[in-house]
Amino acid sequence: MNIIVLVKQVPDTTEMNIDKETGTLIRKGVPTIVNPDDLAGVEAALNLKESHGGKVTVLSMGPPQTASMLKELYARGVDECFLISDRAFAGSDTWATSKILSTAINMLDYDLVIAGRQAIDGDTAQVGPQVAEFLNIPQISYIESIDDYKDNTLFVSKAYETYSVKMKCKLPCLITTLSGLNTPRYMHAKHIFNMDAKEISMLTNEDLKLEKSVIGLKGSPTKVFKTSVKDVQKDTVKLRLSPEEAAQKILDTLQKEDGGQA
Amino acid sequence: MKYTDGKDIFVFIEQRDNSIQPVSIELIGEAKRIAKTRNTPLQVTAVLIGDDTDDLAKEVLDYGANKVVVVDQSHLKNYDTLNYTNVLEQIIKTYHPEIFLFGGTVIGRDLAPRLSARVFTGLTADATHLAFDEDDLDSNLLYVTRPAFGGNLLATILCSDHKPQMSTIRPGVFDKPEKTDNPQGKVIAFNEHFSNDNRVEIIEKVERKVDMVAIENANIIVSAGRGVKHCLPLIKSLASIMGGEVGSSRALIDEGLIDKPHQVGQTGKNVKPSIYIACGISGAIQHTAGMEKSNRIIAINTDEQAPIFNVSDLGIIADAKAVLTHLESRLTK
Repeated sequence: MNIIVLVKQVPDTTEMNIDKETGTLIRKGVPTIVNPDDLAGVEAALNLKESHGGKVTVLSMGPPQTASMLKELYARGVDECFLISDRAFAGSDTWATSKILSTAINMLDYDLVIAGRQAIDGDTAQVGPQVAEFLNIPQISYIESIDDYKDNTLFVSKAYETYSVKMKCKLPCLITTLSGLNTPRYMHAKHIFNMDAKEISMLTNEDLKLEKSVIGLKGSPTKVFKTSVKDVQKDTVKLRLSPEEAAQKILDTLQKEDGGQA
Repeated sequence: MKYTDGKDIFVFIEQRDNSIQPVSIELIGEAKRIAKTRNTPLQVTAVLIGDDTDDLAKEVLDYGANKVVVVDQSHLKNYDTLNYTNVLEQIIKTYHPEIFLFGGTVIGRDLAPRLSARVFTGLTADATHLAFDEDDLDSNLLYVTRPAFGGNLLATILCSDHKPQMSTIRPGVFDKPEKTDNPQGKVIAFNEHFSNDNRVEIIEKVERKVDMVAIENANIIVSAGRGVKHCLPLIKSLASIMGGEVGSSRALIDEGLIDKPHQVGQTGKNVKPSIYIACGISGAIQHTAGMEKSNRIIAINTDEQAPIFNVSDLGIIADAKAVLTHLESRLTK
């Protein structure tokens, strides 16, 4: 089974802060991670390969420094990594991004495409379904478990808000994975040893040959008009207290709250 | 698509087991509100797909939709990505909606992106605010605002050159409208026949075991972060004494010290208890996005600069373990 996994490098949002003056994210010095839903997709692909044979190819779109993340995925055991990187792609919204990714996927052999459900820096969950549409293959999103694979058919469980639905689909298809799907493996010493020898194949628009009208900022149907910071500053009473005083203060607050509710 | 005769605000009516999802009704109300702000008010058209939908169509009109376009065929009873996309593609090509809104549910977030790729238009995810241009009452350009990066950054998105302007809307943000006593809207049967694409098959629906920990419903949450990772029994004991639940930042979940259902924040749960006590939590936006709406927030942290204090009502600069130990003994006295 040839599996292509779409992976995004994202800032670790647990470390993220906002510049209240400019209303922008302070990205400087913030560590990047493999998007959690995507990492579950990589793990799912490696598991399928171990059970049924095949090849796991990772595809990522991003700036050149994304290569370091892809090296890390080699250390986890993926077979081949492609980095799609071109200034012409900068500013792409989900529609244009999906156009670019699907064009690259069409240059490769695949039976199954796996995308993370959503990226933690955008939360749109749109790229998976849009890629599936551009590839003209079925999609099943929000996958919480992969239950079986036989007769070229994938059996999965899709998570709805309060229930799950077991579904099946013949390959080729695209699934989007939730981070809770599995526990990603650690990097393997053998693979770490080899990872620097492994090449990352670069793809630019010279390879994809997409019209300017469907890529980048200009080719994106949606445009960001403005960003603003939600004002969450409160009139905080900030006190440096001894443990005894602090406990008393909390008790006072608890009592006040009880009174307020009565 | 590109067309200049865009009309009406279309709302996708999501039914599951022949029951309309609350977010769809919320969208009718919000669509009617913004439609009225134009010099030439827009009409609100609901789109209902299913099987045996007469009662549902009536319900949609009761909530004030001007029209409901109904596609009623047996193979459309349950949601299916490919079949529903095929139907909506034809509806867009036939009626040229100016705007098309979807609930930001698992279904809406599966269907809307597929459809937007099909008809080449822009889609904004999980919006929480919709508005037209206040200075140009003839413009139908929709300003769609959505939270990004855990909710503390807001982005306003436009889709000016492609139609329809599509958006998924977060459930529960807009109020459910009142039913009208005298519904004026009409039902339009969309009679085109659609063949069944059965590449994806449903095997069975499985009810999920109820989350035993429902921190969303707790009145008091005592929440733990890295700063108290060595005194978690104390946190649990306090939560129990106060009749509350234990919450957690992502750090402790990732370390496996607290179970996932307790996680508060962007990738966990949104909570708004009457009292939220943040213990040793620094307060990254990932976390505060999930608890800043709490009625009263008490934060205990040794770092005076911790961002958690920005969202707190009472900030105590102290060692959380020492404070909580005293609090526990006072409460059990």
